[in-house]
Parts: sequence; C-alpha cells; structure tokens
Amino acid sequence: MSGKYKTPMLDELEKGPWPSFVTEIKKAAKKSDMAEDELGQLEKSYNTKRGYWKHGGIVGVLGYGGGVIGRYSSLPEEFPGVAHFHTVRVNQPSGFFYTTKALREICDIWDKYGSGLTNLHGSTGDLVLLGTKTENLEAVFAELSSRGWDLGGSGSAMRTPSCCVGMARCEWANIDTMDLCNELTQYYQDQLHRPAFPYKFKIKISGCACDCVAAIARADLSIIGTWKDSIQINQDEVRKYAEAGLDIQKEIVDMCPTQCMYYNPEDKTLKIADAECNRCMHCIAKMTKALRPGKEKGATLLVGSKAPIVVGSLLSWVIVPFMKLTPPYDDLKELIDKMIEWWDDNAKPRERIGELIEAKGMRAFLEAIGVPPMPQQVKEPRKDPFFFWAESDFKK
Amino acid sequence: MALPERKTDIGPPHYEQFLPPVIKKNYGKWLYHEVLSPGTMKHVAESGDEIYTVRVASPRLLSTDSIRDICEIADKYCDGYLRFTTRNNIEFLVSDKSKLDPLVKELKEKNYTIGGIGPRVSNIVHTQGWVHCHSACTDASGLVKSIMDELYEYFTEKELPNKVRLAVACCVNMCGAVHCSDIAIVAVHRKPPVVDDENVPKLCEIPTTVASCPTAAIRPNPKTKSIIINEERCMYCGNCFTVCPPISIHNPEEDGVAIVVGGKVSNLRSDPKFSKLAIPFFYNDPPRWPKVVQAVKNILETYAKHARKHERVGEWVERIGWERFFSLTGIEFTFQHIDDFTFARDTFRTSAAFKF
Ligand code: SF4
Ligand code: SF4
Ligand code: SF4
Ligand code: SF4
Repeated sequence: MSGKYKTPMLDELEKGPWPSFVTEIKKAAKKSDMAEDELGQLEKSYNTKRGYWKHGGIVGVLGYGGGVIGRYSSLPEEFPGVAHFHTVRVNQPSGFFYTTKALREICDIWDKYGSGLTNLHGSTGDLVLLGTKTENLEAVFAELSSRGWDLGGSGSAMRTPSCCVGMARCEWANIDTMDLCNELTQYYQDQLHRPAFPYKFKIKISGCACDCVAAIARADLSIIGTWKDSIQINQDEVRKYAEAGLDIQKEIVDMCPTQCMYYNPEDKTLKIADAECNRCMHCIAKMTKALRPGKEKGATLLVGSKAPIVVGSLLSWVIVPFMKLTPPYDDLKELIDKMIEWWDDNAKPRERIGELIEAKGMRAFLEAIGVPPMPQQVKEPRKDPFFFWAESDFKK
Repeated sequence: MALPERKTDIGPPHYEQFLPPVIKKNYGKWLYHEVLSPGTMKHVAESGDEIYTVRVASPRLLSTDSIRDICEIADKYCDGYLRFTTRNNIEFLVSDKSKLDPLVKELKEKNYTIGGIGPRVSNIVHTQGWVHCHSACTDASGLVKSIMDELYEYFTEKELPNKVRLAVACCVNMCGAVHCSDIAIVAVHRKPPVVDDENVPKLCEIPTTVASCPTAAIRPNPKTKSIIINEERCMYCGNCFTVCPPISIHNPEEDGVAIVVGGKVSNLRSDPKFSKLAIPFFYNDPPRWPKVVQAVKNILETYAKHARKHERVGEWVERIGWERFFSLTGIEFTFQHIDDFTFARDTFRTSAAFKF
C-alpha cells in the first residue's frame, strides 16, 4: 500500500545526517493505512503551512477519564486513515529503562491495533503510542494492562510523574528518584486516571541540582535532591586532577558562585567553607572523582513552575528547603495531599497551583500546608513597607 | 479472538525488572563517571564494577520497525537492556567491556548518530507540531531535523564552552522546557483570532471563554450570543481557541517562529533562568526553515567564540550584557524585545552603567 502519496516536501527532510522522522513515518506507512494517511496529511501541512487536526474529543477506555488523547483529522474524507488518530499515553517505567522483550511486546500490540508510530517519549514522560481508532482503544488497553502496563495521565489530573536516572547510574543522586517516582505514581493512581483537579498537576524528580529532568521549570511540584552537611573531599583525587592539568583555581574556585573554595597550589589541596556553599553542584560536576555531595541527604521541594500559558512562565518556588526522603515517604505524601487539597478547594478551572499561590499569597499557601516561613523561600525580603498582620501574629 | 483480561490502576511496571544486573547490584553506590568520547561514558561503582553507556540520537518519533532494530542491537551487545534519556536519546547499556567497541562499530556501520555527551549540543527537546497537535503553528520535527543536520558535528564531535540545550515548541503552550533552554524556538501567532459567531454559541461556554483570556480582551456579545475580541488587547496567546474551537487563531500566512535564548534549568554556578527573546519572528519556511537554521547557528557560534569555558549561553550573556549580545550576534533590537507583559517593569534598565 506504500506510495499512495507523492511527498516532495517531506522527502527533503530525509536528506542530511540527522535521523529523519519522515523515514520513520514512511517505514510505518508500509504496514499501516493510518501511518500512510498521516504522511499524506503532513505533506499537505508542509505545503499550506497549517495543521489539520481538530481539537481532541472525549475518548478513552472504560473507567478512566484520561490516558487517551482524542485526535481527529479535519480532512477525514481526504485522509480517512487519520479520521481517528488518537494517542495512547502509556506510563513509562521510572528512569526510562526497558528490556528488549518489553519493548517488543509493546511494538507487537501497536502493530496490531495502531499506526506503528510512537514517541519515545512524550514531553511529560509517557511512552506515547501515536494514532489509533476509537474502536481499538479497549483492545489496546486490555493487551497492555494484561501485560503489566498502564496508562498515564491527561487532562485536569495528576500527570504521569517522571524522574532522572538517579541512583541507578548517577553518583550525584541524593535521593532515590526512581523509587520515589514509582511510589508516587502508584499512590496517585486514582488521581492520575480520573481527572478531578482544577487543572493539571505535574511532579518531577531530580536527584541533584543539575536537574536533568528540568523539574524546576515544568512541574507543579519539583523535587530536587540536595544535602545539608559538607561536600566530601578526596584530596588524593584533587591532586590527580591538578596533575592531569585541570586549572583548579580558574575553572573551579573562581567559578564557585559563593566564593567559598580555597585551593592551595603548593600542596594541591582544596578547602571548602561549607557554611557558605549553596550546593550549586558546579565543583562536584567538574571534579566528580574528588568531590561528592555530603552524607546528610534529602530534597528541596519547590512548587509552581509552568509554561507561559496563560499569564507568563513560572519557575518553581522553594517551599520546603530540606526534607529527608525515605520509603514509604509518608511525610511527603501527606504534604502533597495538603497542597492539592488547598489548590482543589481554591482554584478556578484551569488555574495551576503556582498561579493560585500568586493570587492568594504565599502566606495563605504556607499556612494551609503547615510550613513555617524560612529565608530559603525568598531571594530577598520585601522592599516596600506595606505588609499585612494576621490576628495570630498579635498573640504572645 | 478473545482479548486478555484488562486490569486497572496497576501503574507502570516496576523499574527493577528492567535494570541490568550490574545496575541492580550497584544501585546507589556509583562512585564516578568518565566521558570516553562524545557518545560514550563509563560509570564506576564503589565495588569497582563498571557500566558503559553509548548514546545515540533519535528523532523521538519512532516506528515500531526501528524500535525492533534497536532491540536487536541491544540483545546482541547489552543483554537486552537499554534506556532512553529525558532528551529522547537512546542509551545502550553495556556491562561487558569487550562488547563496547563492536557495538560502536555496528552502530556506525548502520548509520546511527553517536554523541550528545559532554559540552556539546544534545538532542533537541520538541513537541508534536503538524504531525499530531491541533494547536501547532509550525512543525517541530521538521525544524529539529533541519537544525540538527546543520549542527550535526556539535552533537557528534565539536566541543563548546558548555552544554547547549536546544528546544522547539510548536505553540506557546510550550510542552517541554522551552522557556528555560539555551537556545529555543517557539512558534507564535501575530494576529488576533477570528470568531465564528455562528458556532461559538453552539460549541462554547461563553463565561469560560471570556475568563480564558489573560488580558481581558474578550467580552460577551449579547446580540449574537457569541463573543467580541478587543483586538488591541489581544496578545495572540490562543488560550481562547483552546477552550473554544470556533475561535480560530491559525493564520498560515502570518504565523511563524521566534527564537529565545539564555535559559537554563541546572543550578550550576548560577540560578536557573528563563530564556529571553532574541529574534521575534521568522515566517514558516518549510520544509527546512533555512533562515531559522542559520540564525540558530549564528547564535551558537557567537557563543562558542566568546564565552568562557563552563559558561552556559545565559551566563555568557549576563556577563557581557544583553546590549553586547545584540552587537556581537548582529541581531536587530526591536520594540518586540521590550517587555510589556506581566513582569515588564523588572526588565527596564535602572542603571547608568552599560555598554555601547
Ligand atoms: S539530576 Fe543529578 S542525580 Fe539526577 S541524573 Fe542528573 S546529575 Fe544525576
Ligand atoms: S557546590 Fe557550588 S557553591 Fe558549593 S563549593 Fe561547589 S561550586 Fe561552590
Ligand atoms: S507546544 Fe502547542 S502545538 Fe506543540 S504539542 Fe504542545 S500544545 Fe501542541
Ligand atoms: S488569543 Fe489570547 S489574548 Fe487574544 S483574545 Fe484569545 S485569549 Fe485573549
């Protein structure tokens, strides 16, 4: 069935050394009418400079309110294969680890019931199966779930949490990101599958301030590993870095944002005034054999980041500077539950938690979740002399 | 044919079953890692055990056939274990050192692109575009392909002062961390939406639609039972279109893309930052958007030439000042660069010290 469409525009995107998504669509088109019409419709978009997808309709699997994104072509007569072209979000395993056996199983299901096209992975983290018909959804779900897979979140719900590789393969992880991610995903199954929130709620977990999953920029709750005590220094390894030609003064000490490092070129030793260190990770990332995070490990919880829709982008704000995180993470779960409850009680439809905090004030949020004011929560105290006093502030 | 019995709320499979034995054994006990080449690294555990990683580029949009090809390679060299990165690269996990070179050899023979580790350009985080999203006003995959073809050697080989994170979003919803990337492309509209008065009353809730507008540009129109947009207030965000499809924001002749720069999410040396506007507009120019590609390359290479070692794009710009960024890159400064939205007053200069 291949070759139904001439695609001179898209063919241009098969040239050049970088792997081509057009080649992928063509591969799938050899086996699937859906993928073939996707190719045809995309070529049309390239000619007219516009998309041909309608707003998602409500489709899904029985008992779930999310996990499937309805997608319909606005040109179903011209491209019947994509008249329905729904996305199935499959909840990825923590850390994006797979066995070939598991991936092949998913491929088999998708060849049978879908277009054969996927995204590994979607922006939120799900393994995205791209394009199937409404009547296939139950079958896809039965095949997937009977083999141990489940759907991710969509709509006004808990979204599929995601995390960095953490302790599985990173020496800087201060928390077990993969375990925590898995725990929270399991704990919030109901909220994930049955949208009942004012809007989406995303949780992302990074094991250190390098923040490989961009938690601080795109999660309503960003959990970022850190430590409280002193950076562990191995002076032998410091000396070896120096002998290998690393300019420790220039590349490490001079670039330390808090200027808390001291290098002695004579005996090639490094000192850190740990009380001044802000745990930015620069020195550790550049001298990984010599420097390691401290031993008193935990995480910083930050809240509120989001993309610009609607009143501008936000980065997450520090709410809890340090929290020890050990399984089964009951303190954390309780705190997240409180955050969500306050948001759920107060937010307008489509209002993210960060926007609500702006609207109601940080104090209202902190009091609702029972977190005291701490200087780590702000860049600086307020500058103008207008401030509120609550009745409770007058006691004593 | 009978379907197997469905299960609900089981959550994802537990990750442990997907971990190579050497990872299971040394979980949480890794000591250090070394970058061996632009696409390979070695992690060493406290026990002395090692695991090798080979990173390979992916277009993110993968056919099942290609996934099977990848699986075949992972079976041959990695005992069937592999993973993906947040930036959509494929990582082959090699436990047996003697299999590393043969793996790299086979990947090269099969034209896989190895790289993306260290101070380089990594894979571009991107969104669905015309391939699959109703909201898209450009095609993310096409832009990514065109840009990465041009920057190819910055992925496979050439070093930069530090990592450069690129991103493409096909509308201002910005799925992905576009707003905090070193260099990013975001598709934008430039004209207020057109209202289909006949269908708005049938398909939309008027109060929700009115409330959806961040600039209060929308009010109900009692006569038509539809809505009216105050075009002077509209900043083309498309939020009304999201809640009410008959309000059409798409305008193929006037939609296009902007380039923003200087964002970061890591805390290394300096705080995470938003990206800021570098170039407000390019027309969509499929299939290869040559002007956009050249503009990205110009910014990247100006950074490469002037930044100090370890400085990210945003750190470099903050050290030299934005006025220098514009003079060094030769990018024109326009009214669009001066903020007039939520945080505008924080961006006006309040110092007499600056450069010419
Ligand atoms: S965020 Fe930190 S702990 Fe996690 S993978 Fe990145 S560097 Fe490692
Ligand atoms: S972590 Fe950052 S602040 Fe702390 S010593 Fe290292 S470079 Fe300095
Ligand atoms: S950025 Fe916009 S157009 Fe692109 S996938 Fe996200 S919502 Fe759709
Ligand atoms: S595009 Fe945005 S600013 Fe313009 S009317 Fe719609 S919601 Fe308001």
